[in-house]
Amino acid sequence: MKLVGEKGVRRILMTVAFSAISALLLITLFIINEGLPFIFRYGLKDFLLSSDWNPAAGKFGIFPMITASLWVTFGAMITGAPLGVAVAIFLSEYAPRPMMKVVKPTIELLAAIPSVVYGFIGVMVLAPFIRSYFGGPGLSLLAGSIILGIMILPTVISISIDSIMAVPRSYREGSLALGATTWQTIHMITIKASKSGIIASIILGLGRAVGETMAVIMVAGNSVNIPHSALDSVRTLTANIALEMSYATGMHRQALFATGVVLFVGIIILNSIASVALRKRTSKR
Amino acid sequence: MANTMAEIKNKMRVEGLDLYYGKFHALTSVSMPVQENKITALIGPSGCGKSTLLRCLNRMNDLIPGTKVTGQVMLDDQDIYGQAMEVTDLRKRVGMVFQRPNPFPLSIYENVVYGLKVAGFRNRKMMDEVAERSLKGAWMWDYVKDKLDQSALELPLDQQQRLCIARLLAIEPEVILMDEPCSALDPIATMKVEELMLELAKNYTIVIVTHNMQQASRVSDYTGYMLLGKMIEFNDTRVIFTKPKEKLTEEYISGKYG
Ligand SMILES: Nc1ncnc2c1ncn2[C@@H]1O[C@H](COP(=O)(O)OP(=O)(O)O)[C@@H](O)[C@H]1O
Ligand SMILES: [Mg+2]
Repeated sequence: MKLVGEKGVRRILMTVAFSAISALLLITLFIINEGLPFIFRYGLKDFLLSSDWNPAAGKFGIFPMITASLWVTFGAMITGAPLGVAVAIFLSEYAPRPMMKVVKPTIELLAAIPSVVYGFIGVMVLAPFIRSYFGGPGLSLLAGSIILGIMILPTVISISIDSIMAVPRSYREGSLALGATTWQTIHMITIKASKSGIIASIILGLGRAVGETMAVIMVAGNSVNIPHSALDSVRTLTANIALEMSYATGMHRQALFATGVVLFVGIIILNSIASVALRKRTSKR
Repeated sequence: MANTMAEIKNKMRVEGLDLYYGKFHALTSVSMPVQENKITALIGPSGCGKSTLLRCLNRMNDLIPGTKVTGQVMLDDQDIYGQAMEVTDLRKRVGMVFQRPNPFPLSIYENVVYGLKVAGFRNRKMMDEVAERSLKGAWMWDYVKDKLDQSALELPLDQQQRLCIARLLAIEPEVILMDEPCSALDPIATMKVEELMLELAKNYTIVIVTHNMQQASRVSDYTGYMLLGKMIEFNDTRVIFTKPKEKLTEEYISGKYG
């Protein structure tokens, strides 16, 4: 009763795999094809380092957006990474096992919440809070950083827990048997042994933060300017593309694709660092 | 024999000890003395509770959720399961060497001074001295003196186990517990560690778990034979191996069991 034999299954799966991969490749090529010629024509230096973004006048400097993306990502790291690592340490080293078994999948589920929901909460709760307690417009670099910091938590927590749990129990026992407290064991042995995995979790989280668009558009304010304080309104690279793509034509449209190329390169760099860190972890054992 | 027993001081004393892993009754009313500056061996078939009993002596079983202990374990004149005993202090006084060598993924030097750092010492000169003394005490100074900054995980297995002994010597415990310390080592390395044990017994009280009866008879002064969570017989090693009082012991010694 075999409808398709072993060979048939293989062929079908291969076709599916190839079409998926070629779709990805095509998209990548398309973006590069649209964006790269613009960068050559306009000049890489002017494109990256000029602060003048005025498509109507043919000015395409994305420096403010680069700065904004870097700051927002940095802010997400400051808010999200310590919290995420602390939660991971608590769940893997202090919480009873059954609790971790319930909480970890729940946290991983948070990654499935659509980013527009995070953005909505940011607009309704966070921005008004910032406006009334710290001043400024509320929709700001600070709001973007905090929302992104929360959004990277599932990645940071989940991968950190995995790498902390991968530390052999015998290390912990050896440490405790020498009279160390639980906390001494954690920071002198466990964290050291799982350091590369924890770093990878943070970098992967940052990759997510750099590429995040919807939530950032909703909470960061979107003014094209180089921020002078955390309370300033900013526009990130992703927001810039999403906001203007619908009506952009000609040079303007190409400039947005070129912005995409810049993002693409940034995220590839981050992910490569993360996978090197993860590989270092696995090859140590 | 009662005479000699009385002269030598009991460093530790287990009294009517019962241990449950959840519902599983792993130790039943175990009593045993641990005499100062002597080597006490625990023998018995696999799964009889030797490791469990050993881990009671420095409360490593506390780490296993669902473990319940009743009875007494005295260290000098203090009940180690009593209110007044800080478990971190206890483990500094009663140290442990594990079955599989478990050096930390740190340098050799950092491994040796780990216990000192944990205890709050920071003086580099003092730690250097202790490191050298401890590595010499574990008979590995000449082997590692030029590579103290190398990762401990790169050492061969027997040197790793000696490093685990050295890092214990650094905090000068009173009692050293060893759980089948040679089971991962080859015969020559095993002999070396046995010699080392005999040397250490001059200054330390040692309790060793072994499934190797020859090893027990070679190194120990006293031997306890355990079966199914009970202490069947505890006596002079010579008595246990030549004219045991219990029939079960005799059967095990003569190889009729396990
Ligand atoms: N963490 C644990 N949880 C439940 N049962 C255990 C645990 N550790 C050991 N046991 C059981 O307790 C008994 C004694 O184990 P153990 O002390 O390791 O024996 P031995 O060292 O003599 O081989 C065995 O039956 C073993 O299955
Ligand atoms: Mg055992």
